[in-house]
Amino acid sequence: MNPFTVHEGIVAPFNRSNVDTDTIIPKQFLKLMKKEGYGKFLFYDWRYLDGEEENPEFILNRSHYKKASILLSRDNFGSGSSREHAVWSLKDFGFRVIISSSFADIFYSNCVKNGVLPVVLPQESIEELFDREEKSEIYPLEVDLEKLVITDFNGFKESFDLDPFIKEMLLNGWDEISMTLQKEKSIENFERKHPIHFSLKDAVPQRNSE
Amino acid sequence: MGKTLYEKIWDRHVVEKRENEPNLLYIDLHLIHEVTSPQAFDGLKKENRTVRCPELTLATMDHSIPTENRGFPFGDPVAQLQVEALEKNCKEFQIPLFNLGSDRQGIVHVIAPEQGLTLPGQTMVCGDSHASTHGAFGALAFGIGTSEVEHVLATQCLQLVPSKTLAIQFTGQLAPGITSKDLILALIGAYGNDFATGYVIEYRGEPIKAMSMEQRMTICNMSIEFGARAGLMAPDQVTFDYIKDKPFAPKGADWERALEDWKELYSDEEANFDNIIYFDVTQVSPQVTWGTNPGQVVSVKGEVPNPEASSGFARSNVENALDYMGLKPGTKMEDIPINVVFIGSCTNSRIEDLREAARVLKGYEKSSDVRGIVVPGSQQVKAQAETEGLHHIFLEAGLEWRNSGCSMCLGMNDDFVGPNERCASTSNRNFEGRQGENARTHLVSPAMAAAAAVKGHFYDIRDWEYKLQEVNS
Ligand code: SF4
Repeated sequence: MNPFTVHEGIVAPFNRSNVDTDTIIPKQFLKLMKKEGYGKFLFYDWRYLDGEEENPEFILNRSHYKKASILLSRDNFGSGSSREHAVWSLKDFGFRVIISSSFADIFYSNCVKNGVLPVVLPQESIEELFDREEKSEIYPLEVDLEKLVITDFNGFKESFDLDPFIKEMLLNGWDEISMTLQKEKSIENFERKHPIHFSLKDAVPQRNSE
Repeated sequence: MGKTLYEKIWDRHVVEKRENEPNLLYIDLHLIHEVTSPQAFDGLKKENRTVRCPELTLATMDHSIPTENRGFPFGDPVAQLQVEALEKNCKEFQIPLFNLGSDRQGIVHVIAPEQGLTLPGQTMVCGDSHASTHGAFGALAFGIGTSEVEHVLATQCLQLVPSKTLAIQFTGQLAPGITSKDLILALIGAYGNDFATGYVIEYRGEPIKAMSMEQRMTICNMSIEFGARAGLMAPDQVTFDYIKDKPFAPKGADWERALEDWKELYSDEEANFDNIIYFDVTQVSPQVTWGTNPGQVVSVKGEVPNPEASSGFARSNVENALDYMGLKPGTKMEDIPINVVFIGSCTNSRIEDLREAARVLKGYEKSSDVRGIVVPGSQQVKAQAETEGLHHIFLEAGLEWRNSGCSMCLGMNDDFVGPNERCASTSNRNFEGRQGENARTHLVSPAMAAAAAVKGHFYDIRDWEYKLQEVNS
């Protein structure tokens, strides 16, 4: 994962609450078995008319938002299905930061695992950002992960909270699995004392059997 | 100070506790399926890693599979590739798999309990948010993304920060004909669909104790629709009776040992929850959703709300939903005509759900304006229903009787709701496009879905004239 330090980018306003992962990436794209290339399917049902032509009304189809990398939305962003494809599609489109007043739990952790920064701000700040965005032609923000601060270039400055461990992970671009694999001794010790009451052993396929 | 049930299960699974960092938590059972696992296996292979505990992992195929003809080739070659990839991965990493030919195949959250794999006190994860279902047994079970699937495959652990705890204390008694589906919808409707975000819920009180495991699972299943990561219920005699003698459950002396262990699984009296809400179930009526999230719900005797009753952003929420749903404010729910009925999904496709629907349908035929499918949650449920003759009732009513799978719950296979069609569905999500592009979903209980199939519109199940009290067993 690439480290995340300071990000400056254009804000795309997404004035909806309860944006669910079915909407972010509809199910027909969950059959693809890779992690890349989902950007063109992001918000598919809203973004295209008849699945082909771009819907000119849809916010991300306006030319100055096509380069946006910060998504501003409302409460309960990313609710519903656990599909990580939602984050893959946002990231592939170019989003590195998502700002909202609240996120669904699984979506939040999926973001972090992919180096996308979810920023929770209080309701009033969300309103203010929507307001400032609306009044500007293009509205850039700077997100400083080290200092946990968001600023615009016109007097807006707001700090945000982030779990210190998640912050370190993102700043360093650490691979979580490698970190856990180093704990092999502890895991083995744990397993020695820990009871498992079911047994699937008989159902385990043998490698050489057909 | 006492501990909550959640804290007890958590503490039993901490491999490493670290200050100001997530704990390393051990996962007892990892359920995988064809849609959210391929990228995880690819990740493992790329790094030359292996699956640490294949015998603590169970795979099945449910999301994208056809429910009519099961054999290869599928009508959808892309879905077939996914299924084949899972077969190959399971073979390579020696993971137990209930594939399409297996009589144990089914929706992942239906088969684990019926096979005796969902046990109290366990930690369980699945790359599917409705893993919360298993909380009905007092297992801490939650959905994870594909990166975490890879993490669990490689290490059998996850790095996690504890959630806050929310106790939902139910009081009173459900009225006749009211199901646990109505209860969970009413609860989400009352508090809002993101109320429980950041929490793990424990459902408590007499109304829960009075429920069967099937009913309890429906409630825990929809914890995610309330925003919670997981829902829990303390195991009791009903739980133990359900598990006993299931195929993979402990037997003999192991059973006795396990039982000892499970009897400790309840929240201590002095335990502290971060939040408690009290909810009287007595007034709960049959529920029907009108909008595009599960919290937009009303009694079947109610009507479509008026956006003007709310202001500001909340108003545009209602307007957007009504626009998508093609509904006018003030319309009586009972007057809304439907085109499609779906009885299935991990919320409501267990044997009791099918019995309930069959009891309503017995002696009736569906409305000619409606098409409908009944999709059992597993091949075991299917076999049981056929032993009881329930499938005859569905077929005589003019509904299709299918093989198990997720089917029209998310319409990844050939079972979907057409554009602008209106569906009475026993599933759990009414999001835009969930059951098909521009499909309009109304969430209801199995009995309500069955009644709607006959009437061609929503109908209060409390007014139903049953043609037969008992469906023959
Ligand atoms: S039935 Fe629906 S909600 Fe349940 S696992 Fe399948 S797709 Fe998900």
